[in-house]
Amino acid sequence: MSSNPRQSETPDAAIPSGPLATKWSRHKMNARLINPANRRKYHVIVVGSGLAGAAAAASLSEQGYKVSCFCYQDSPRRAHSIAAQGGINAAKNYQNDGDSVHRLFYDTIKGGDFRAREANVYRLAEVSVNIIDQCVAQGVPFAREYGGLLANRSFGGAQVSRTFYAAGQTGQQLLLGAYQALEKEIAAGGVKMFPRTEMLDLVVVDGHAKGIVTRDMVTGEVTSHAGDAVLLATGGYGNVFYLSTNAMGCNVTATWRAHKRGALFANPCYTQIHPTCIPVAGSFQSKLTLMSESLRNDGRVWVPKRKEDCGKPAAEIAEEARDYFLERKYPSFGNLAPRDISSRAAKEVCDEGRGVGPGGLGVYLDFADSIKRLGEAAIRERYGNLFQIYHEITGENAYTQPMRIFPAVHYTMGGLWVDYNLMSNVQGLHVLGEANFSDHGANRLGASALMQGLADGYFVVPATLPNYLATQKPGSVTTAHPQFAAVRDEVAQRVSKLLSIKGKRTVSSFHRELGLLMWDECGMARTKDGLLKAIEKIKALREEFWTNVMVPGSGEEFNQQLELAGRVADFLEFGELMCVDALQREESCGGHFRVEHQTPEGEALRDDDDFSYVAAWAYSGDVSRPQLRKEWLTYEEVHFSTRSYK
Amino acid sequence: MNLTLKVWRQKNRNAPGHLAEYQARDIPVDASFLEMLDIVNERLIESGDDPIAFDHDCREGICGMCSLTINGKPHGGKGGVTTCQLHMREFQEGQTIVIEPFRASAFPVVKDLAVNRSAFDRIIQGGGFISVRTGSAPEANGTPIAKDVADRAFAAAACIGCGACVAACKNASAMLFVAAKVTHLNSVPQGQPERDRRVLGMVRAMDAAGFGNCTNQYECAAVCPKEIPADAIARLNRDYGTAAIKEALAG
Repeated sequence: MSSNPRQSETPDAAIPSGPLATKWSRHKMNARLINPANRRKYHVIVVGSGLAGAAAAASLSEQGYKVSCFCYQDSPRRAHSIAAQGGINAAKNYQNDGDSVHRLFYDTIKGGDFRAREANVYRLAEVSVNIIDQCVAQGVPFAREYGGLLANRSFGGAQVSRTFYAAGQTGQQLLLGAYQALEKEIAAGGVKMFPRTEMLDLVVVDGHAKGIVTRDMVTGEVTSHAGDAVLLATGGYGNVFYLSTNAMGCNVTATWRAHKRGALFANPCYTQIHPTCIPVAGSFQSKLTLMSESLRNDGRVWVPKRKEDCGKPAAEIAEEARDYFLERKYPSFGNLAPRDISSRAAKEVCDEGRGVGPGGLGVYLDFADSIKRLGEAAIRERYGNLFQIYHEITGENAYTQPMRIFPAVHYTMGGLWVDYNLMSNVQGLHVLGEANFSDHGANRLGASALMQGLADGYFVVPATLPNYLATQKPGSVTTAHPQFAAVRDEVAQRVSKLLSIKGKRTVSSFHRELGLLMWDECGMARTKDGLLKAIEKIKALREEFWTNVMVPGSGEEFNQQLELAGRVADFLEFGELMCVDALQREESCGGHFRVEHQTPEGEALRDDDDFSYVAAWAYSGDVSRPQLRKEWLTYEEVHFSTRSYK
Repeated sequence: MNLTLKVWRQKNRNAPGHLAEYQARDIPVDASFLEMLDIVNERLIESGDDPIAFDHDCREGICGMCSLTINGKPHGGKGGVTTCQLHMREFQEGQTIVIEPFRASAFPVVKDLAVNRSAFDRIIQGGGFISVRTGSAPEANGTPIAKDVADRAFAAAACIGCGACVAACKNASAMLFVAAKVTHLNSVPQGQPERDRRVLGMVRAMDAAGFGNCTNQYECAAVCPKEIPADAIARLNRDYGTAAIKEALAG
C-alpha cells in the first residue's frame, strides 16, 4: 500500500459537465481568474522550450505572470519540435471538403483507437483553428496558393485536406514562431531563460509542486528554484529504444522524477512506430531519420511479390511483380493508412522475407508515378529538403530510384497523467505536449503533435493555470523550505554516485543494450513471454549499470557523459514500467500490438469491455512494484467501433 | 577507414587550448561525422581518457546545435549540409582531419568543440519577432500573401541559427544571420508595423554582442547549411539605411 493517500484513489479527470461542444467555453467561464495587478506576484516554472513550453512561457508572461523557463539545449530554439516535418492539422475547412471541428475530433478519437479522453480531444479540435491564426500573425511562412491564401495537404487517417505546412520544415517554422514570442518576453523582462540547465528533480511540499532542482550543465552547479506552479513540457520518452527519430538529448528524466515524487504515469506502453524512416545502416548508428508522412501523398509503398526478386534493383522488377501492399489491403485509405497500421503492414511483409535493402529490413516508397504525372520540379518543390536528407544519409537519389524506408520509434502517446486542466494528480504540476498522455490515445495521427503542443501551450494552460494559482498564496513556499535542501542533497548524491562507480562499461553500451531489448520485446509486436523476459533482463541490466558503469570526469564541469548517465539510469527504470504496462494490457490497440490478440486477418483486436481505461501507474517506492489506477473512458458522443481503413 | 584527427581540446572558457592528435581506426564508411566522433569517444572513455565535448542534438540538420570547423570549413564546407549530415564517405582513407570549434569572440568556448552561441538569442531579443499577443490574432486567411513573397520569407526563415556564417567570416560578422530574420519578418505583411524598430534593434544587439562588420565576401553564404542567399544582406542594409534615416529625421 502506498503511504500517499492521493495515490490510492482513482484519478478524477475533472471533466466539466454539459454537452461536449460547450464544455470548454463553459469551463473557461467558470474558472477562477487572477487580477492583472496580482499576476506578477506569481512565479511559474516552465521546463522545456519546445512548442508547448515556449508557447506557454510566452503566453503566461504576456498575461503578466513571472516565468522561469529551462531547457537542456544551448538555446530554446533547438527543442526537438523543430524537427517535425510534415504539418499541423486544423479544422479550418479552407478546402471546402467537409471538414469541421467535429470531424477532426472524431478522426483523432478513431485514429487513437478509442483510447483517448473525449473531452480533451474535442477541445483540441476546437482550438486548432486559433493556432493557425496565431501562427500566421507571428509571421510563420506557411505554404500558400497563388491567390495568396493558405495551402493544405492530406495526412494519414483523414479523408480531408486539413494539414497546414511549410515545405518539410513545419515544426521548425512553428517552433521559431513560439521561440520568437518567448524571446520577445525575455526582452520585456517577463521570462527568465535558463539554457543548458537540466531539471533533475521535482520538489513537492504538502502535495503541491513548488519547485525544481536543476543542474547547470556548464558549471555543474545544483540549484533549487521555487515557484507557485511547475509546468513540464519535456517531450516524449522514445529514446528508451536508443534508436529513434528523437534528438539525442530527448529523455524521460523530468517526467520520471516527477513520477517518483507522486505523479501518475499513464499508458507508458503506447509508443508510435513511424512507418517511413530511413532504414538502419549499421551498429554504429546513433539515431534514425524520419521521412515525413506527407511523402505518402505522392509516394507508393511496395515490395516485390516474390522473395527471389528482393535482391534485384527496383527498376528490374516489373509492375506486375510488385505488391503495393497498403493499396491492396486498405483500398480506401491506401498509402495514407494511419501510422500504426502502415508500420505493422511493413513489418509483416519483411517478416515474410519480402523486405528490400540490407538485412531485408526495408520497403520501397516510390515516386516514379508522381514524377511522371506532375514532373520532377513539382515533387522537388513539395519535398526537396526530404529528398536531400535522404541523399545525404544513403548516398541514393530518390528522384531516379525508390526510397527505402522502414518503421522507427517516433513519438510516445503515453506520458504523465493529467486531468482536463492538464494538471497531474500532484497539485500544481501541469504537463503539456508530448509529455502528457491525454489526446492521442493509443495512436497519434500525423500532424497532430504540433497541434497538441501549441494547443496546450498557447490556449489550454493559459486558461486553466489561473484557476489553480488562485487557490495559492503567491510565494508561500521559498527555497528556504527544508524540502528543497533535502531534494538538492539527493540530487547531488546521485551525481556523486554515478561518478564514483568507475566500472568497465560505457554509458552508451548500456543504452544500446536496453534499446535493443525494448525494440525486440516492447516494439511493434509484443508477447507475454517476451515482456516477462524483458522485465527480468532490464532489472539485471539496471543492477549491472549501478555497479559497472564508467562515467569519466567530474560533476563540476561540462560533462556530457554524466548527463547521459543520469538519463540512461532513468530509462533503465522507466523501460521496466513500459513492459509492465504492455503486459497488463491484454488487448491490441493502436500502437500497442499484442500478438495474442489479433483478428484472423492480423489486425489489432481491442477489448473495450475490459480495457477501455487509461492505465495510470503510481510509484510505490519500489520501481518493480508499480500500482495500477484505472481511469475508465466514457464516451458521450462517439461509439466504439472497429477501426477500418479498408 | 582509418583517419588521423587533430582535435581542439580546451578544458573551459578560461583555460588555454591546443590541438591533440588521435588515430580513428576502422571507421565505417557509412557512419556520419558525429558517429565517427562517437566511436572515437567510446574508445577514449574505455582507455580512461576524457572524451571530446561537442554540441549536437537532432542529428538531422535542423536544430542547429551541431557546429565544428572541419579542415578550416564550418560544417565541413560541403555546402547545404550541417556537420551531423556529413558522412564519412566524403573523406579519404588515411586523411588527416583538423576539427576546431566555431571561432568568434562572441562565441566563447564552453569546452573543446562546444561554444556558447547565446549572442544569437540576444540578437533575436533585439527585435526578431512580431509582437502579437496570444489570442489576439485575426483570421489567418484575412491577409492574403502573394506566393512569391511567402516563398521568399520561408527561404530566409529556414535559418537554423547554427553560427556557421560567423565562423566562416574573418570579421566574425553575424550579418547573414540577422539578414535572414529581417528578410523573413520584413517581407510579410504582419511584420510591417515593426519593420524599422526591428532592424535597428537587431543590428544594435548584433554590434553590442561583439560581432564584426560584413566583409562583403559572402563566405557566410557559401558555408550556410540552409543556403540562405547573400542578397539577404543587401536587403538588411537597405532596411537598416531607411530606418536609420527615418530615425535621424524624426530626431
